[in-house]
Amino acid sequence: MSVSKHTLLALQILVAVVALGIWHIGSSVPIFGVYFLPKFFFSTPWDVAARIVKLFSGTLIWKHLGITLTETLLAFVIGAGGGVLVGFWFARRPLVNAVFDPYVKMANALPRVVLAPIFMLWLGLGIWSKVALGVTLVFFIVFFNVYQGVKEVSQAVLSNARMLGMTEKQLFRHVYWPSALSWMFSSLHTSVGFALVGAVVGEYLGSAAGLGYMIHEAEGVFDTTGVFAGMVILAAFVLLVDAIVTAIEHRLLVWRPDAAGRNA
Amino acid sequence: MLPDIAISLEQIDIIYRARAQAVGGARDSGPARAGDYHAVSQATLAVHEGEFVSIVGPTGCGKSTLLNAAAGLLQPANGDVSIFGKPLEGLNAQAGYLFQQDALMPWKTALENVAIGLEVAGIDTATAREKAEHWLAQVGLKGFGARYPHQLSGGQRKRVGLAQVLIRNPAILLMDEPFGPLDAQTRQIMGNLLLSLWAQERKAVLFVTHDLEEAIALSDRVVIMSSGPGATIIGDYTIDLARPRDAMDVRLDPGFHAIHKAIWDQLRGEVMKAYQEVEA
Repeated sequence: MSVSKHTLLALQILVAVVALGIWHIGSSVPIFGVYFLPKFFFSTPWDVAARIVKLFSGTLIWKHLGITLTETLLAFVIGAGGGVLVGFWFARRPLVNAVFDPYVKMANALPRVVLAPIFMLWLGLGIWSKVALGVTLVFFIVFFNVYQGVKEVSQAVLSNARMLGMTEKQLFRHVYWPSALSWMFSSLHTSVGFALVGAVVGEYLGSAAGLGYMIHEAEGVFDTTGVFAGMVILAAFVLLVDAIVTAIEHRLLVWRPDAAGRNA
Repeated sequence: MLPDIAISLEQIDIIYRARAQAVGGARDSGPARAGDYHAVSQATLAVHEGEFVSIVGPTGCGKSTLLNAAAGLLQPANGDVSIFGKPLEGLNAQAGYLFQQDALMPWKTALENVAIGLEVAGIDTATAREKAEHWLAQVGLKGFGARYPHQLSGGQRKRVGLAQVLIRNPAILLMDEPFGPLDAQTRQIMGNLLLSLWAQERKAVLFVTHDLEEAIALSDRVVIMSSGPGATIIGDYTIDLARPRDAMDVRLDPGFHAIHKAIWDQLRGEVMKAYQEVEA
């Protein structure tokens, strides 16, 4: 398969045009007197586009985006920080790991959505109940990856570092830490994504601000256009966050053959 | 008077336990139990200061295991390991170890990998980097300092590994089939590089290989290990070929052939034994 960059882009745009075209025709052009995609349930591409433009000409949308972004970042930082610490601790202390193993598995098996009401009860309707939900999602991803990263340091690299005279502290800094970080960053896309899921789901279930709240509010009054507009903004937001993560990853993991992207 | 003994291995027994140690397990000693693998039995070997000794033996005979005992990376079940006359406790701090596998830190550049041995010893970064530049040049990698290991070829990575070990100026060099993964030409070039670096400052070298020709070309002495289990040292040959040697040209020397024949006559039997064990 060899397609030039331009052809690929043209094909990708074509998919969007076809999908939008079907949506437009189904919702605006009656075929044999019937709308295949009734406006009430599906809105129309033009209405959604107009709504997005209108939203961004106001100031409220920035507040919603700001709240969701704040929740996502807090959930990621707290969850990842906790995951790194506990991951290291468990990996270096087999006894601790052995004792806590069933409980970790149990906590991870629990669908996190059921925790949302509890967090709201404990932390209120503000941003912290959403952050808490995001943390429970991010923590386990980072924890498992860091644990794996510390456990699976190449035995040869470790023995070599020891023979080079490294103390336990230096091993931590020069061997375990970079290895664990590389595993953590390989899960960065997933964990940032989950932080966002936690934030939006939390907002959706009960809040007064954020993208999830915006979508929920529109849904409450059967404002399909509002729901679709919210979804498009959310998708664009995720793409943007993902692009930033990719950029960070490329900077921090230059030493990795696959992440570097050059000399591959 | 003979020079001092750098590495002394006396009556070494090494046993791999079948049963995994419990969490935070005890010291690995005591007699062999059922299911344990008795890798090395009653092996005795001494390497003098400035002497280059190779261990040759069939695959899986426990050559590397013996080397790891000299490095302090594993504890023999019985026997004594002494370094410059003192019993070895913990890791052998006077030894540099060149591993068979890739052992460079992949997240550090070639320069950082070489400098790290000095940095962890408390030497400031600028001085360590400067020395590392010097050692990279010594192993023929001037200008490659900014590359990451994955951007280097297998041979280049071995050169970085050699610089990483030598920059600490260890009194003893332990080498575990260091050139094993390389192609034949690169091995000979690396052999010559090693000989020229060794000639500048003669350290005690214990070199493990399965390649008899390589062993003869490089060494002052070649010892033969029997096939496992319970492998031990069964032959000790002095290689009196003139130095400085060229690792390639020396193979054409008539003296080389005579020694090779003598050693191979003994080694062949062990290789066949090991082979039959694998087949059975």
